[in-house]
Amino acid sequence: MTPRAPTLLLAAALALAPAVLHAQAAPSGPLRLEITEGVIEPMPIAIPDFVAEDPQAADLAPRIAQVIADDLEGTGLFRRIPSEAFVSPVTSFQAPVVYRDWKVVDARALVTGSVASAGDAVTLRFRLHDVFAEGELGQGLQLDTTAADWRRLAHKVADEIYTRLTGEAPYFDSRVVFVSEQGPKDARQKRLAIMDQDGANVRYLTDDSALVLAPRFSPTGDRIIYTSYESGVPEVYAMDVASVSRQPLGDGSGTMSFAPRFAPDGRTVAYSLSQGGNTDIFTMNLDTGERRQLTQAPSIETAPSFSPDGSRVVFESDRSGTPQLYVMPAGGGEPARISFGQGRYGTPVWSPRGDLIAFTKQNAGRFHIGVMRTDGSEERLLTSSFLDEGPTWAPGGRVLMFTRESAGAEGAPGLYSVDVTGRNLRRVPTPGAASDPSWSPLMP
Amino acid sequence: MTRAALLLLTCLALVGCARNDATTAGAGFGAPGSLAADPSSPAYFTTQVGDRVLFAVDQSTLSPEARGTLAGQARWLAANPSYAVRIEGHADEQGTREYNLALGARRANAVQEFLVSQGVPQGRLRTVTFGKERPIEVCSEEACYARNRRAVTVLATGAGA
Repeated sequence: MTPRAPTLLLAAALALAPAVLHAQAAPSGPLRLEITEGVIEPMPIAIPDFVAEDPQAADLAPRIAQVIADDLEGTGLFRRIPSEAFVSPVTSFQAPVVYRDWKVVDARALVTGSVASAGDAVTLRFRLHDVFAEGELGQGLQLDTTAADWRRLAHKVADEIYTRLTGEAPYFDSRVVFVSEQGPKDARQKRLAIMDQDGANVRYLTDDSALVLAPRFSPTGDRIIYTSYESGVPEVYAMDVASVSRQPLGDGSGTMSFAPRFAPDGRTVAYSLSQGGNTDIFTMNLDTGERRQLTQAPSIETAPSFSPDGSRVVFESDRSGTPQLYVMPAGGGEPARISFGQGRYGTPVWSPRGDLIAFTKQNAGRFHIGVMRTDGSEERLLTSSFLDEGPTWAPGGRVLMFTRESAGAEGAPGLYSVDVTGRNLRRVPTPGAASDPSWSPLMP
Repeated sequence: MTRAALLLLTCLALVGCARNDATTAGAGFGAPGSLAADPSSPAYFTTQVGDRVLFAVDQSTLSPEARGTLAGQARWLAANPSYAVRIEGHADEQGTREYNLALGARRANAVQEFLVSQGVPQGRLRTVTFGKERPIEVCSEEACYARNRRAVTVLATGAGA
């Protein structure tokens, strides 16, 4: 949430208390979708258009329901029942739900909601129903925001539903910063851009006057760190997302730095510095400017990523002859190699859960996005194409986004997402060619 | 200008340069032609001396051919002391963005060290890596990759610029 934007209020509404009591009285166990490695049948869910409480909300109500449905269906875990199948429309949010009407259309879950607007304020209320248990699942909620932020209301509701039905951490109310690309392959123009995770609300953060690469969010999502050729050479910059003000890390004129990533403390940045042709990993404290060298080797050391507890750094090094993954203490020290499969490994990223490391793998002329445990065991490849690279984790660590570039003179990159299980590969909508996504934390 | 006309111009430029393996001169130095006959011209440097050297996959070692080209560059720079130099290191599109940036830095540095060993003052030389960001050939085959794995010596006026 940017400082300028109004706070999105998420609160249990007292007015909904009677319905909540009813839900607690329901006898059966909670509706729960178990996400396993096996193939799953999407859960049928009914999301009738939300009830508009006033004429001003009439336009917004169906659009909110659509965004919720798109979020949920996009996971591949849910299937929205088409409204043509509904026995009767929902015309009142307060009226009791006739569960048999939803049983006959095979809905397992039902979402009902209402939208009211007053001036610039929008109020949304919703309930999640377990159709077979004939009761509410969790409490009804009321959310308030401004009209401009209506999509965030929808994402918050989708997150609530998703979390209640899967037990997984929410991630729909989040954003993605990426590089927007234009022009032919040998004269690509690149701009930093930010958007909602579903591709809406694209905003450009830089113009195309300087090449920019690989932006990454701070742990609180209000800053990004990236590489820019503004000074003529690649150099790491930090940017405040709300004000778009930026400043170089300041390693001195002509020093090449790249591949930055924030530490969980939000103050420390790890990155690569090239001096005399040799690339090593450094950290810098953004508050004090204090710089520290973590690796000292004649080989290439790059692409550092911190463990969520901040104690370790995974990175890429070709000290063995080919690029491989290594883990070292966050203060520097002896690295341990963790990748031993065939091929070359790069751009490791520690998952927010801490249990996995995602990476780019190049083998036998193909590129893959893969995951392994932090000791390198249980490697699994999730994707395969001419060129896949640069994974980023969604909040909660169940979904990854990455760059996929097609081959040849007309080749162009786009953003894709895939579940950590390897299922549900999807193209993420962007206005044009796009690369180097970084997923924000969940918005407050 | 129409798109067709633009394409035609591009083709002409490619044909004009292809023989000397120098399809893109440093920005703003124009096409080789009468100017290239002047041995002190940047066009001569680009097309006759050769402004670039190529590398094997993942390598930054200079081949005998590359050393020959760079020795010629060093002689030219000694004869034309008003030019400063920016050495651009590039990689092909195989490999991750980060690794290729580091690899391009290695290649640019290899050229810089060789030029210094040939007597070019360090103060006239700067390096920059573009990784895989600025290919000159756009096909996804080794024929293109080979020409993209390069270090290009770009002239700039004013020593130390």
